[in-house]
Amino acid sequence: MLAAIRRVQTWAERRLPALTRYKRTEPLPIVLHRRRVYIVPTAFGAAFTVLLLIMLVGALNYTNNAALMLTCLLGSATSASMLIAFRSLDGLKLTGIRQGQAIAGEPMAITLVFSGSGHAHVSVHADMNDQAEAFAVEAHGETLVSLQLDTHRRGWRPMPRIKLWSNWPLGLFHAWSWIHPDQAVLVWPHPENGGPPPLLPGEASQRQRLHQGEDIAALRAYRAGDPQRHISWKHSARHDSLLVKDFEQPEAQEEWHLDWRQLAQLSPESRIERLARWLGEAETVGRPTSLWLPTEDIGLGHGRSHYSHCMNALARLP
Amino acid sequence: MRLSLFRHKHQAPLEQRPFDLLCITVAVVLGVHAPHLPAWFTLALAVMLGLRWWQRRARPGRAPAYLKLSLLALLTAAVISHYSTLFGREPGAALVAGLLVLKLFETETPRDARVGAAFSCFALMTALLFDQGMVATVLVALGLLPALATLRALQPARPASSLPHELLPALKLLAASLPLALLAFVFVPRLSSPLWGAPNSTQGRTGLSEDMLPGDFAALFEDERPAMRVAFVGAPPPNQQRYFRAYVLWNYDGRTWNGSERNGTPATVEHGPVTQYTVTLEATGQRVLPALDVPLEAPAQASMSADREMRADRPVNDPLVYSLRSAPRYRLQGQLSERERQRALQLPQGFDPQARALGQRWRSQYGGNDAAIVQAAMTLFHDGGFSYTLAPAPLGHNTVDDFLFGTHEGFCEHYASSFVVLMRAAGIPARVVTGYQGGYWNKVGNYLLVRQADAHAWSEVWLPERGWVRMDPTAAVRPERVSQGSAAANATAADWSPNQWWLSWRNRWDIVNQWWNQGVIGFDTLRQRGLLTPFGVHDTSVGMLGLLLAVGGSLFAVGGLLWAVWQRPEADRAHTSMRMLEKRLAAAGVTRRHSEGPQHYFSRAARALPSQREQLEHLMRTYLELRYAYDEPPADLLKNFRQAARDFRPRRVVK
Repeated sequence: MLAAIRRVQTWAERRLPALTRYKRTEPLPIVLHRRRVYIVPTAFGAAFTVLLLIMLVGALNYTNNAALMLTCLLGSATSASMLIAFRSLDGLKLTGIRQGQAIAGEPMAITLVFSGSGHAHVSVHADMNDQAEAFAVEAHGETLVSLQLDTHRRGWRPMPRIKLWSNWPLGLFHAWSWIHPDQAVLVWPHPENGGPPPLLPGEASQRQRLHQGEDIAALRAYRAGDPQRHISWKHSARHDSLLVKDFEQPEAQEEWHLDWRQLAQLSPESRIERLARWLGEAETVGRPTSLWLPTEDIGLGHGRSHYSHCMNALARLP
Repeated sequence: MRLSLFRHKHQAPLEQRPFDLLCITVAVVLGVHAPHLPAWFTLALAVMLGLRWWQRRARPGRAPAYLKLSLLALLTAAVISHYSTLFGREPGAALVAGLLVLKLFETETPRDARVGAAFSCFALMTALLFDQGMVATVLVALGLLPALATLRALQPARPASSLPHELLPALKLLAASLPLALLAFVFVPRLSSPLWGAPNSTQGRTGLSEDMLPGDFAALFEDERPAMRVAFVGAPPPNQQRYFRAYVLWNYDGRTWNGSERNGTPATVEHGPVTQYTVTLEATGQRVLPALDVPLEAPAQASMSADREMRADRPVNDPLVYSLRSAPRYRLQGQLSERERQRALQLPQGFDPQARALGQRWRSQYGGNDAAIVQAAMTLFHDGGFSYTLAPAPLGHNTVDDFLFGTHEGFCEHYASSFVVLMRAAGIPARVVTGYQGGYWNKVGNYLLVRQADAHAWSEVWLPERGWVRMDPTAAVRPERVSQGSAAANATAADWSPNQWWLSWRNRWDIVNQWWNQGVIGFDTLRQRGLLTPFGVHDTSVGMLGLLLAVGGSLFAVGGLLWAVWQRPEADRAHTSMRMLEKRLAAAGVTRRHSEGPQHYFSRAARALPSQREQLEHLMRTYLELRYAYDEPPADLLKNFRQAARDFRPRRVVK
């Protein structure tokens, strides 16, 4: 029994790849060729057919040719809508997939880039893991479709199968095609919830000195030698003495040299989680970090792109 | 009202646009049903429709269940109280229209709107059961537009457009599907007999009735609707011979003439030249089929009575087309049996003493010369100071006496009736015949348009050797009635009036209705066969028609598929040539990689095909120049590149 089902599945996979969920992966760009667009009547379409049959029998029974003509007109219009439904998918092209950034457990924003063929593709739906997004693509145009992909663990996550379908124009026919892009998205590791800060080579506590900076910290009384442009004339007008704007900037954060080898006592996954947490903490306060991993050595840096770079390296660890 | 047998998935609320379109659809349905619904009923439904539309726009919310239920009860009660039944054509139509409006009250999701639109299509079709004229059919077909637009507007991510523009794609769809619809219409096998009873028309149709009470044609003369259209093979008969007999009336009770449908062999006819013609009869709700005097045999699905009246087997509830042969010059029933003679002489006791006395006086005056008596009567009508009017003075107990010796005014019924009474009094067998006389000859369509207003009554007298002879006393009084038609006879005021002008315009326009009636409404099994025979198809069985339908449908399907898969050639011609090059190079083993630039690709190709390095480098330079050197590349450069690309044939190298 099972063997029979498997045989049918293999057969379907070989013969009707886009019909089934067992669509194999294929490289981008994926073009919906006419051979892989399938079409069936919707439930409403079936009910409408029954209605048309009733109208037909009624018209024939009462030998009412005007009613028969109307029924024929409606019937052929609905059959023509089948072609329009098919055409709405035919030639649609998935040219690219852009991934967002997400740590494991959070949904990741995926952007599918569709481009149109010589005609417009109206009211196409992209279904991925129970979420659907409707979109339209102009003739020779390009449309970005955003979907959420749920993630569970760090690392490469292959793209799931996506069902492209359309009930355009009357909702009587359902045209669909499964696509399975040969792409994977990188999921960042989930940081651990709490733990010690990294051990630093230098003295642990360093006084934070006030530096002249950009942010106004306070107003203070004028002292001889203060530059004239720091005087706050507006505030001084309400006081007896002159007031001076005092600027400050926190001292740059101490650098963190994060090293895989320092965490030898932990399991590899725990090491990754801890490093991810440290990277996240450093990122929020703008602390420069460097990261040493068995696969990669990333020099000092800070900012969003440095963070992404480090997290990508962590995610890619075997 | 929705059955909650199935759990429905939660659906998004309905947008405003599809709801508006659905409201328009329902309004159109109400409009096409309005002519046969009571005015108050239509008005009430229209008000409910408007209220619902306003309510959903102004203060959205579901209508409470008790409101919907009470409205449903009210609707049922209204239909029952007006028609005293729920079944039948009119109550059914009223119910359908009412239910459709009620459906709007619970239309809150796309699914509801879908059901509403589909049901509207059905409701539109039912309107055609009442009137299948061309204008009505076109209006109903246009009513499909908002229904289809509603279905279309339910789809997400459709191009935004204004409300009138929403109808345009539906119009295009209908126009595109018209050829297939015509094919299906022509080839769909018709039923030889109905599956269930055709509806009995309870609608009071005007037209000829089976009996004649002098004076009751007056309403008919006002009725300008077509009664039938007659196309002749060869020349049409002259006006004086255009008598279409419907009913032959024998029995007179002093007021009313009635017929008696006598079955039996039709009376014998000896006839001269034969006229062939085809009648398109409008729906009458009766069985009688008018035929040019005197018909020779009954068409299919009809029978001929002993008096050569024609009856269809079923009441004519839809326009009917039938072909006939008639002989304008004839001798009908040369021998009269004694029983028939008695019936043709019967007069009620206690009526019209003066008329009887006159008849007997003529008999004694002219002796056995029946023709002289007939002539005397015609002379009386012609010279006796009689006048033709559609609004005669009322008559008393002795209708014929009051008419002949009192009022002296009336129309065909009065003349025919009194003529027959006079003849019977004189001992000449006579009877009244009703039908149509005259008609408007449409030159463009080559057919005779006979209106209800052309209804006429005349007499037949039986003379030895000559049989039943048609005598039209009206012609003696008002010759125009017979020579020019009823409109001329009834015209009292100036010859030209807006009414006249309107009538003549309608007479010319009528040709369209004739085409419609013959081509569409009268298209039956016989015509199906007639259409196919010239193409060598003699077998018009259901199987053959189904085969033809399938073949024709497949042709359309192929055409449609070609349209669907046809890809517009790419506008970028340089790209097209490049694609061709890529294909050729790929065949030679140099496939362009995804994300490989043209320069790199050409260099790789040149390495792989060293013998054609020159050519490939030229192609590369041209392509790069074409692509990157100009905003708008010069035409000859493009031509150059396309030519070079066309001429390029990779030569495989033996490694």
